[in-house]
Amino acid sequence: MEEVRIGVFVCDCGSNIAGFLDVPEVVTYARTLPNVVFAKENLYSCSETGITEIKNGVKENNLTRVVVASCTPRTHEPTFRSACVEADLNPFYFEMVNIREHCSWVHMQDREKATDKAKDLVRIGVAKAALLEAQESIVANVNTRVLVIGGGVAGLTAAVSFSRRGFEVVLIEKERKPGGRLNDLYMLYPYNIKASDVIEQKISDATSSPLIEIHTSSVIKSVKGYVGNYEVCVDVDDGKSLDISCGVIVVATGASVLEPWGLYNYDGQNIITQLELEKRLKRGDLSVGSIVMVQCVGARIEKRNYCSKICCMTAIKNATLIKEANSGTNIFILYEDIQCYGVEGEALLRKAKEVGVRFVNCDTAKPPAMGDRSIKVYHQALGREVELRYDLLVLSTPMIAREDATALSRLLRVPTDESGFFLEAHVKLRPIDFATDGIYLCGSAHWPADVRESISQAMGAVARASIHLTRGFVEVDPIVSTLADEDLCVGCGLCAALCPYGAIEIIETPKGKKANMISVACKGCGVCGSTCYHRAIKMNHFSNEQISAQIAAVAGS
Amino acid sequence: MNKGFEPNIVGFACNWCSYAGADLAGTSRIKYPPNIKIIRVMCTGRVTPAFILKSFQNGADGVLVAGCHPGDCHYIAGNLKCEKIMDVVKRLVGILGIGKERLRLEWVSASEGGRFADVVTEFTEQVRELGPLSGKSQG
Repeated sequence: MEEVRIGVFVCDCGSNIAGFLDVPEVVTYARTLPNVVFAKENLYSCSETGITEIKNGVKENNLTRVVVASCTPRTHEPTFRSACVEADLNPFYFEMVNIREHCSWVHMQDREKATDKAKDLVRIGVAKAALLEAQESIVANVNTRVLVIGGGVAGLTAAVSFSRRGFEVVLIEKERKPGGRLNDLYMLYPYNIKASDVIEQKISDATSSPLIEIHTSSVIKSVKGYVGNYEVCVDVDDGKSLDISCGVIVVATGASVLEPWGLYNYDGQNIITQLELEKRLKRGDLSVGSIVMVQCVGARIEKRNYCSKICCMTAIKNATLIKEANSGTNIFILYEDIQCYGVEGEALLRKAKEVGVRFVNCDTAKPPAMGDRSIKVYHQALGREVELRYDLLVLSTPMIAREDATALSRLLRVPTDESGFFLEAHVKLRPIDFATDGIYLCGSAHWPADVRESISQAMGAVARASIHLTRGFVEVDPIVSTLADEDLCVGCGLCAALCPYGAIEIIETPKGKKANMISVACKGCGVCGSTCYHRAIKMNHFSNEQISAQIAAVAGS
Repeated sequence: MNKGFEPNIVGFACNWCSYAGADLAGTSRIKYPPNIKIIRVMCTGRVTPAFILKSFQNGADGVLVAGCHPGDCHYIAGNLKCEKIMDVVKRLVGILGIGKERLRLEWVSASEGGRFADVVTEFTEQVRELGPLSGKSQG
């Protein structure tokens, strides 16, 4: 049997780790562990220097296993696996130990205990590393057809961009016609372009493309498969169901706008939302003397603690447009904070003030109170309550996650955040990917986004998805279950019954009924491995032996 | 009586929800006791009764299994399969005299960094109160 020679690289992460625990001590400790022949401190393991140090360490010390103690494998495991490959080591001879997110950042108050825990974690990682086995990637072809879910500005942009790259697209829209939120809007900030011009152009680009197939009044029913080979079943408008085979999926389902029933006597008549104001402006039937707008209605409260980000600019834009059309209209905007981010935002706020829109800063402790066709508000500058009469009260309400987002997230097996919006793989490193390979995210399905952001994200999602489409094949992670010992298998079928992906079948063999693993369909959950009471099944990279070694190492034995 | 006793806690966390929740506790710099050592599994459905028993046998004073909330499992329902197994294992550790309070199954999502820290803090304190297991279950 080959000699196991483990190298341990302990990362300072600048001061992120080294600032809160004793890295040299962890390195010294690592050298005492079984099979460890080399240990080194890196300033930043993931930097070019750090990667070079790892590669040199492997070559100079004939390392057969690499352990990096740094941050979370959820973001950096691929980087270090690549480093192993460059050092002619199988990528699955790599084990990562998380001493940042799970140690230095949560035990900042106690350097000694953090150091002890980092040593424990390194010991656990080394124990597993000694038992790591080489794995070869499973290669599968990629279906270059694309599924886009949602026919708003983000989904249409994505569909058109895919088609321009020569890929076939199926676009699924829940409503009777594509266009999404922009069908209701009047003008778009910052340059007051008509929303209808933008969306009609997008719809026309999409409908005129021979590569784009649009299904309206359609809803996703089921999703199976994996990156490169998804099988999606859709309920389409004529009551039939449609099976779509595709390689990648883009989620562009947008968001809803809160209807603030129970707040500020909202009635949808004289007390309306910004969205309803947009619809009236679009129809051109707005002639009122006084308008009061209230910001952050139903937003930034305990139940919904986020800032919807686009409502301030929407209110400023609508108020300015109304004032410019009719300077006799009195407009007040009541706000706690104004959010006008971006290049033009501040200029638009100044312009609104110039044309006579009046801004009243409210005190959160003294919120506006409703009168009879008036609203009473404590004016901070005047130091007293003022009563503002209105003909129209406009409430700026936040965008909220769609009610059916949860159902879709379950079908796709992708997460949502605590507000119900879809959650990306990583906030900075993978902002438009889902953690699940081959599924991407753009527009307000992710978080309240304006039109410009939705378009940018859609184009980004297309670029990300195209990596798989243009390569034409994917390497599926070989973290799959295998029938390690056919003789032990009695063909009971428990594994096949429990496998959520139909990746195990029971077949007749000369030795009787046996499990047959369909590796490319396996997602690697390990349920079969943990329920096979004959221990015939082995989970690659998370084997009984490897996990047992980790358990034994927790206690220091 | 248990002052100064630092329990040894093994945590099994699924890659997609609870391990990510623990990562978020880290990026949010939310403090919790350092007693827990997390072993990453792709899904809590991978956790076998043997892993739990081996943990106690190897000196763990408590075992926390943390997975996705029902309905959020990356592998559709591996967490619910785990829940069924844990129900049985809890009875078993009760019968064995280890005490079912030392085994905990919790759901922690990727967005619940605060909840992860709360669960770990609360469970660590509970195991600290229970005192050391070693000596009782060795062998």
